[in-house]
Amino acid sequence: MIRAVAAAARSRDALLLLALVALLALIHTRAPGFAAPANLLRVLDDTSILIMLALGQTLVILTRCIDLSTAANLALVGMVTAMLNASFPGVPIALLAVLAVALGAALGAVNGLLVWKLDIPPIVVTLGTLTIYRGLIFPLSDGAWVNSHEMSASFKALPRAELLGLPTLAWCALLTTAAVAVFLSRTPTGRAMYAVGGNPDAAVYTGIDPGRTRFVAFTVAGAISGLCGCLWVARYAVAYVDVAAGFELDVIAACVIGGVSIAGGVATVAGAVMGALFLGTIKNALPVVDVSPFWQLAISGTAIIVAVALNARSERRPGRIILRRAEASS
Amino acid sequence: MSESVPKGTTVETAPAPPGAEAGGADAPGHRFMPDRLDGGALRFAKSWEALLLVVAIAVFAINSVASPYFLDPWNLSDATFNFTEKAMIAFAMAMLIVAGEIDLSVAAIIALASTAMGYAAELGAGVPALVLVGIGTGLLCGAFNGLLVTRLGLPSIVATIGTMSLFRGIAYIVLGDGAYSSYPDGFAWFGQGYAVWVITVELVLFTIAAVVFAQVLHRTSFGRAVYAIGNNPTAALFSGVRVARVKFVLFLLTGLMSGIAAVCLTSRLGSTRPSIGFGWELEIVTMVVLGGVSILGGSGTIPGVVIAAFTLGMVTFGFGLLNVPGIVMSIFTGLLLIVVIALPRLVAMGAVRRARRRAAAAAPLADPATDPSGRPTPARG
Repeated sequence: MIRAVAAAARSRDALLLLALVALLALIHTRAPGFAAPANLLRVLDDTSILIMLALGQTLVILTRCIDLSTAANLALVGMVTAMLNASFPGVPIALLAVLAVALGAALGAVNGLLVWKLDIPPIVVTLGTLTIYRGLIFPLSDGAWVNSHEMSASFKALPRAELLGLPTLAWCALLTTAAVAVFLSRTPTGRAMYAVGGNPDAAVYTGIDPGRTRFVAFTVAGAISGLCGCLWVARYAVAYVDVAAGFELDVIAACVIGGVSIAGGVATVAGAVMGALFLGTIKNALPVVDVSPFWQLAISGTAIIVAVALNARSERRPGRIILRRAEASS
Repeated sequence: MSESVPKGTTVETAPAPPGAEAGGADAPGHRFMPDRLDGGALRFAKSWEALLLVVAIAVFAINSVASPYFLDPWNLSDATFNFTEKAMIAFAMAMLIVAGEIDLSVAAIIALASTAMGYAAELGAGVPALVLVGIGTGLLCGAFNGLLVTRLGLPSIVATIGTMSLFRGIAYIVLGDGAYSSYPDGFAWFGQGYAVWVITVELVLFTIAAVVFAQVLHRTSFGRAVYAIGNNPTAALFSGVRVARVKFVLFLLTGLMSGIAAVCLTSRLGSTRPSIGFGWELEIVTMVVLGGVSILGGSGTIPGVVIAAFTLGMVTFGFGLLNVPGIVMSIFTGLLLIVVIALPRLVAMGAVRRARRRAAAAAPLADPATDPSGRPTPARG
């Protein structure tokens, strides 16, 4: 059974890869330069934040939860780091990044604690913290923007600094992907996430605490959001209240396209990454193939619906077989 | 987990030993069985709606003390715009959430319906035609959501995240960064007109919607079916409820109410941009959940949603009078949502813990090893 589910997930990843290649081929017919390796690297760089956030969200959805507060977390942490950098330009950038991760993890832990200890449905918790976190940015900054000229040069250079031909931002995405892949496949807590999402009651009987596992998922997702907050603000060299407003839905969309089942227990790291890349490719390709960028929203909406419909069909199949067998035996 | 027989109830069987009630199946035949629930007044006093009403009255009182302008009838009338449109959708959303589904595309339906109306107005449509276009678009969108969920069997939360992007995306394709703002004169009546004195047309529509939805959910077999589906869709199916059809109708109703809200909002603003009503879906869900509707489905009432709508509207309006920026209000809304839901849970957890401690004190001889769960053990049973 588990093997069948894993095989289905793998074939879904293959299907998604095929879709991604088909998309690139389609773009190639209209804009030959787009599929060049250098440009693809640029797309990867541009999609890095979405990839990281989608990986964090994958952990949360895997445990049958949902985190709507990721973008608000990102914006709040981004504002804090930008203000710190503006007031104390001497603080080393590495320390700022660590602070961002810690603050993000703390904000995620608040979500996790409310879900774990008070047993409030995750969608309600994160709906609340979404408005609270984003609201907090206003009194913190007095509604003012932190602009490019107030940030230190080294802070703004952070996401762009190149190492072995890849910018830091892309490195962050690659390292996060590797870390989450190892975490999910090689650590007990990572395996527990599949167990909790697949069947929380069964997980309890195998000695797993679903509440604690969810808490870990929310905290890790928060830490990733915090890191993304720091990178986002440094990359666009501006911080204000509405940074990344509504981005949480893009993140969930990336997960859904990547085959992460909203019912929990089914997800692959490759799927989530490809889901994010799919959306990122569309976003980057539209202006190149001369389609108005206003089409982007409708296209990603259609992609979500098609992806969910395909996932639902492949998930329903095992149930039918069991039913047929039951009918035959009776 | 309470050890004493609750007040206001009568016990039909022989007086059950206190432990039997707490221990559950230990004493078959002596189950605690109240033959009726608490009296109406007592039941209301313990209800979510009562707690919410206290919050609403507190908000109202604080606002009237904090600002001398709050109790002005015209100001209060203006304040109702803060919630009327959202609440109209919230009623339909409440039924949908009671049935265990959700529709996150409502704000996008407003955008698409408003865009359709703007397009029709551009072609020279009159007021009745505009209203029909708005409501019709809402119904079509609702039907599309309903088909995705009931025919294709998609989880509604993801399906409607998809249609949310799709519907608003179409509005963006049509309008881009432009706007429609040439609506006929009579069209302003819905969003800016007054029925009598300070009572706005929107407030009348809101009241009608509240009464109709309360009747449908609480007084009809359709409403009972909605609760049945929310509590156990499989059991509902086997007891003869047409689950898919009821769910489809609920999505249709949500689309209809979004269409009506789009007519009101477009009429009030007098213009359409594709970003119209952005983020409303989350505010509407907040309203519904604050109104005591369980996000897990199966419970909740329309009066609760009405009180929640008033509370949120008054909070927004009061803060506005005190020159608190909207974004700071959202901190309060978020806190209100979490605190109001966390508080009863904390109280219940405290009660359970106290009951355990009392049970442990009353039965010191009970071997803790045989009862590791720490449940109150029947000491005299």
